[in-house]
Amino acid sequence: MQDHIQLDQKQINDDLLAGVLGMPKWWLPAVLFLTLVVFAGLGSFGYMMNKGLGVTGLNRPVMWGFFIVNFVFWIGISHAGIMISAILRLTQAEWRRPVTRAAEVMTVFSLMAALHTPLFHVGRPWREMWVFPYDFARGVWPNVRSPFVWDPSAVGTYLIASSLFVFIALIPDLAVVRDRAVNPLVKKIYGTMCLGWRGTPRQWKLQAVAGILLSALVLPVFVSVHSIVSWDFAVLIGVEGWHSTIFAPYFIIGAIHSGVSAVAMLMALSVWLWGLDKYLRPDHFDAIGRLLIVVATTWFFFFFLEWVFALYTLEGVEISLRELQVFQWPYGMLFLIFLATAFFIPVPMWMFKSVRRSAFWMFFTTVLVNVGMWLERFLIIIPGLARRQPFTFDWGTYHPSIIEILIVAETFAFVALGMLLFSKFFPLIPIFDIKEGMVVRDEIKIGRRIVPATIRE
Amino acid sequence: MFAKRSVIGLYTDEEAAASALDALREAGYDQGEYEVLTGTPYPEGTFGEEEPKHTLYRWPLIGAACGFIVGLVLTSGTQLAYPLVTGGKPVLSIPPMTIIMYEGTMLGAIIFTVIGILIESRLPRLFMGAYDERITEGYIGVTVTTSEERVGTAEEVLNASGAEEVKRGWENN
Repeated sequence: MQDHIQLDQKQINDDLLAGVLGMPKWWLPAVLFLTLVVFAGLGSFGYMMNKGLGVTGLNRPVMWGFFIVNFVFWIGISHAGIMISAILRLTQAEWRRPVTRAAEVMTVFSLMAALHTPLFHVGRPWREMWVFPYDFARGVWPNVRSPFVWDPSAVGTYLIASSLFVFIALIPDLAVVRDRAVNPLVKKIYGTMCLGWRGTPRQWKLQAVAGILLSALVLPVFVSVHSIVSWDFAVLIGVEGWHSTIFAPYFIIGAIHSGVSAVAMLMALSVWLWGLDKYLRPDHFDAIGRLLIVVATTWFFFFFLEWVFALYTLEGVEISLRELQVFQWPYGMLFLIFLATAFFIPVPMWMFKSVRRSAFWMFFTTVLVNVGMWLERFLIIIPGLARRQPFTFDWGTYHPSIIEILIVAETFAFVALGMLLFSKFFPLIPIFDIKEGMVVRDEIKIGRRIVPATIRE
Repeated sequence: MFAKRSVIGLYTDEEAAASALDALREAGYDQGEYEVLTGTPYPEGTFGEEEPKHTLYRWPLIGAACGFIVGLVLTSGTQLAYPLVTGGKPVLSIPPMTIIMYEGTMLGAIIFTVIGILIESRLPRLFMGAYDERITEGYIGVTVTTSEERVGTAEEVLNASGAEEVKRGWENN
């Protein structure tokens, strides 16, 4: 980190609580618009419940459409928080400080979005509770051999763990809001939420240990979640194109690619919307850009491997699936867009320092990555099912209906709305982490140059 | 239950706060009676305080054991209670059981860790005692929580060690 801005604690409080204690002009219109989109999506869901799944584009043999594409996409985005927060925390990467909270909160909201997508998909959402082992009266229990029981257990664990992670790291900042709040009721609410935090050496020590311990515990859950989602595909007997043994690591690295890109998007938005340019410096964008080059290249390696496995065996079913993905309209066009946006446009651009250090270019390239990664899931699912194969007796294709498009839009609006509401009530950048960064920073003179340095125990 | 008095001295620099702790020790106050309050984590021992001891590492182990047992009981219990015999294979299917047991183990470990963090951090704290809102703005607070008779001396010690302001609160512990 070459950028060095020394700020006192009062200044940090003022800057980072500006959104909580005040209200930016754009905030309310943005919230209202997103609420409208959420209600449009929920209204479509209500219509679909009333009329049945026939109002969607789902039909034999393509019974997994936009809803499951979206489910896998949001699970992928949710891997951002833990990748950024846990791994960077464990490796004591200094640049993590301003980005951890936003990444963790995005994990929570994207997991919520992911979790309610199967609710839409099943068509009879009131039967979703059958995956939970509650039925003492009828003696009917969930079948643990089904991947659809594994999913809620993994995603539920990840959601609980991420929410608790966010809460624990939020406690010291809630105390700052309590101390700054003017309204007695607001003071009381934040005082209750921060559980009477005072900032003793014991509490700070436990915070530090908690950060490391929870990071270490959440990481194995993070790995398991997308592995289990990939097994939803891999253990299906009927769809041969999904039997690749590398599905679990391929899905995980794809999730990290889209998730870390989403964090970079959030960083750029934080700079533009909340004016946090003092905290999110070009150095931070540079660091996440370098990380993205590594992640994207690893992801591309797995993508390449999956193709090698498919083509090297010369199995008819695999070849015909690839043929469908690459040469048939509209999948061929989508495949080209996917490759260009997920890898071939952003990665060469990230090689340039001027791109990595620019909020605008990082935003642009990471939006491209997420368009590409959404299409990647689409291209795995739809052509995989559309091809004629054992146990299906129809040729078919898939055209999403307006109902599905509105419901997908609802999930995007839901995550954006969640982030906006969170940012209104809680600081989006961890105040105590930034303050700690200031305490352990200094400038040292090496020869004729003064360079910023971080002191670590 | 005896009501205790607490007093806080506010300091602007680390060295003065460390001197206040030295002075309190010399005046005969023991470890449990005084505390440093800061708005940011400082390196351990910055104020000459003793390293806080904790047993947080035990919590995830206990939680993991509980979670594993719940996962085992849940997966084997539900299969035995509603047996679905497929192709003559055993009722208990181990590979999917391990998935749910794994998630149960991790969930137990995480929940117990969070409970451990709160308990070991002495949270929630019902009585704030002597506290000042300027602590989260960069001031360093040194609090003394002691009996009614000794609080006056503590106040003098804090003033003598360069506190910018000294004020009283009360506790009920």
